[in-house]
Amino acid sequence: MSSRLLASPEFGKRPPVRFVQLGRLAFRVNIRVLLLIGISALALVALAAWALTLGSFRLPLADVLGALTGSGTDDANFIVLDLRLPRVLVALMIGPMLAMSGAIFQGLVRNPLVSPDIIGINAGAALFAVFWIVTGRSLQWLPIVAFIGAVVAAMSIYILSWQGNISAARLILVGIGMNAVFSAGTSLLIIRADINDASRAVLWQAGSVYASTWSDVRVLLTTLIILVPSGIGLMWALRVVQLGDMTARSVGMPLERTRLALILVGCGFSAVAVSIAGPIGFVALMIPHLARMIAGPIGGGVLVFAGILGALLVLGSDMIGQHALPVTLPVGVITAALGAPYFLFLLYRMNTQL
Amino acid sequence: MAVAETDARSAWLGAMPRVTKMAALLLLTGLLLVMCLVSLRVGSIGITNDDALNAIFDYSPESYEQTVVRSLRLPRTVIGMGVGAALAVAGAAMQAATRNPLAGPSILGVNSGAAFGVVTAVFFAQITDPLYFVWFAFAGGLATSALVYGIGSVGPGGASPVKLALAGVIVSALLGSWLTALLLLDQQTLDVVRFWLVGSLAGRDLDVFYNVLPFFAIGIVGTMLIGHQLNILSMGEDTARSLGMQTGRMRLLVAVLVVLLAGASVAVAGPIGFVGLAVPHMVRSLSGPDYRWVLAYSLVVGPLLLLSADVAGRIVAKPSEVQVGIITAVVGAPFLIAIARRRRIAEL
Repeated sequence: MSSRLLASPEFGKRPPVRFVQLGRLAFRVNIRVLLLIGISALALVALAAWALTLGSFRLPLADVLGALTGSGTDDANFIVLDLRLPRVLVALMIGPMLAMSGAIFQGLVRNPLVSPDIIGINAGAALFAVFWIVTGRSLQWLPIVAFIGAVVAAMSIYILSWQGNISAARLILVGIGMNAVFSAGTSLLIIRADINDASRAVLWQAGSVYASTWSDVRVLLTTLIILVPSGIGLMWALRVVQLGDMTARSVGMPLERTRLALILVGCGFSAVAVSIAGPIGFVALMIPHLARMIAGPIGGGVLVFAGILGALLVLGSDMIGQHALPVTLPVGVITAALGAPYFLFLLYRMNTQL
Repeated sequence: MAVAETDARSAWLGAMPRVTKMAALLLLTGLLLVMCLVSLRVGSIGITNDDALNAIFDYSPESYEQTVVRSLRLPRTVIGMGVGAALAVAGAAMQAATRNPLAGPSILGVNSGAAFGVVTAVFFAQITDPLYFVWFAFAGGLATSALVYGIGSVGPGGASPVKLALAGVIVSALLGSWLTALLLLDQQTLDVVRFWLVGSLAGRDLDVFYNVLPFFAIGIVGTMLIGHQLNILSMGEDTARSLGMQTGRMRLLVAVLVVLLAGASVAVAGPIGFVGLAVPHMVRSLSGPDYRWVLAYSLVVGPLLLLSADVAGRIVAKPSEVQVGIITAVVGAPFLIAIARRRRIAEL
C-alpha cells in the first residue's frame, strides 16, 4: 500500500508550480495543468465549430462564423442560431457538469469507481423528475425537483451505508441497491402514467441532447455560474478530506459541514444535468479519472481540465451519434459504449483494493 | 467478534431439529398452495373459489369466469411457479459456488445477457417466435456471466463480491444501452420484444413454458442432487480440494445448471431481478447454512415470493397492473442493502 502511494504522482514528483501575485492575492499556478487546459479548450472550440457545420444541410465554416457574428444570411442564421447552437451549447455544458459531479463524489469516497450514475444519485434525480413530468406540472421547476431528488438519494445512500464510518465498498453496494429501487419506481411511474406524459418521460430518459432549446442553455448556464466557483472553492477542502477523517479533523476542518457542502454541490451538478438531458451515463465516472491520470491529483485547475474533457466527450459522442453512424443514436448510448470498457479497465487496474 | 456471532447463530440454527425444519417446509408449501389459489382469484375480475377450482378440475367453457381463469390466470400462475423456483434455486447454487452472498442471476448479468441475446436474435435473424427465444437467452446468459465473472475475478484479489457486483452492473448497463440502440434502430424488433422485455408473468405463452420445461426440470433436479457438493464447495477452494473434490469441474457443472435455469426463466418471463439474490437469504434463517435445506426451501419460497409479488402488482394498480419485475426490485433491492450493512465487507 505505502509503496503504491509513494509511486503515485501525488508523491512522486513535484508539479511545476509557479506563484503569481495579484495585489493582495497570491495564486499557485501549475503550468502543466494550465497548458493542458489551454490545449483542450482549443480542441473544444474547434470541435464545436465543426459540430455547427455538420447536419443534413452542410454549412461552410465561413457561413457559421457569419451567423455567429451577426452578418450571416437568414437561412444560415436560422440553422446555426436556432437549431444547432443550443444543442452544441447544451452538450458543452452537460459534459463539465457530469464530470465535476463525478470528481467530487469520487474524491469524497476516495474511490474512482464511485460516480453518481452508479450509486443511484442520478436515478434519484430521475425518479423525482419523472414524477414531476407525469403529474403534468410546470417543467420550469424540473431542475429544482431533480436536485431535491438527487439530494434525497445522496442522503439516504449516505445514511444507509453509515456504520461509524463510510466504507467505499459498502457505499457502492448500498448505492447499487438504491439505484435498483429508484429505477423500479421510475418504471412504475412511466407505466402508470397517461400515455402522452409517459412518452415525454421515456424520451427524456433515453439521455439525449436532441431538441435542446435556448431556455435549457439558460438553466445550465445559471447553474454553472453558481456552482463552478463553489466547486473550485471547495477543492482544497476536498483534498483535505481525502487525507482521512483524523487528519482532516486535526487540521481544524469542520468535517461534516464540509462533506455536506461537497455533496450538495455534487448533487447540484448531476441533478441539473440530468434534468435537462436525462441520465447520460459514464461521463461522471470516466472523465475525472482520465483527468487525474493526465494532469495529476484533483484540484481547482484539474477540475477545470476535467470539465473541458467532459465537454469534449459529450459533444464528441453526440456528434458520433448524430452524424458518424448510418442511424442517429442518443448521446447516452455512445457514452455508455465508450465508458463501459473504460470502467472495466479501471476495475481491472484497481482490483486489489475492493 | 462478528465471526463468533455468526458461529453462534449457525450453531443454533444447525441445532434446529430436522422435524421442525420439515414442518416449516410443509407449512410454506401449504402457504404456496394458498397463494396459487389467491393468484387465480385476484385481478381485474374477481373470481370465486368455486370458479377457480372448477376451472381446473371441472372446466365448463360456457362460464366466463372459468374461461378467464383457464386462459389468463392459470398460465401466469404456472409460469410464476416455474420461474420463481428456477430463479431461487439458481441464486442459491450461485451463492454456494462463488461463496458470495451477493451472487444471483441478475447481479451476475445473466438476465441482461439473456435479454440482449434474444433482442439481437430478433434484430439480426428476424426471429419472431418466442419458442426460439430460449436458445438465444442461453447463449447470451452464458456469455455474459462468463464475461462478468472473468472481469470480476482477474487479479490477486480474486472474485470479491463488490467487484463482481460492479462488473455485473456495468456490463448490464453496457448491454442495456446497446439494447436501446437496437430498439431505436428498428421499430419492428421493438414491437416483437416490447412485451417480453418487461419482466412480467402477464400475457405469457404456455407453449413457451412447456418448451423450456425440460430445462427447468433438468436444472432444478440437477441442482437439488448436488446439494451436498455445494456444501463442500461453499467451504472454500482449499477445503473442497482436500476433501477430494475437483472444484473446477464442479463449478462448471453449477454454471451450466444456473444458466439453464436463469436462461429458461428469462426466455419465458423476461428479465426479473432480485428473486435469485433475495430468496436464499430469506430462507437461511429457517433452513440454516446447509445447502440441501437451503435449496429445498428456495424451491418453495421462490414461487411463493414471485406469486405474491405478482398478486401485489395486480392489487396496487387495480384495474391495471404493475409488472412483477418492478415489485421484485422494490422488495429485493433492500436485501442487497441489508447484506451490505450486516457483514463486514471483508467477510462478504
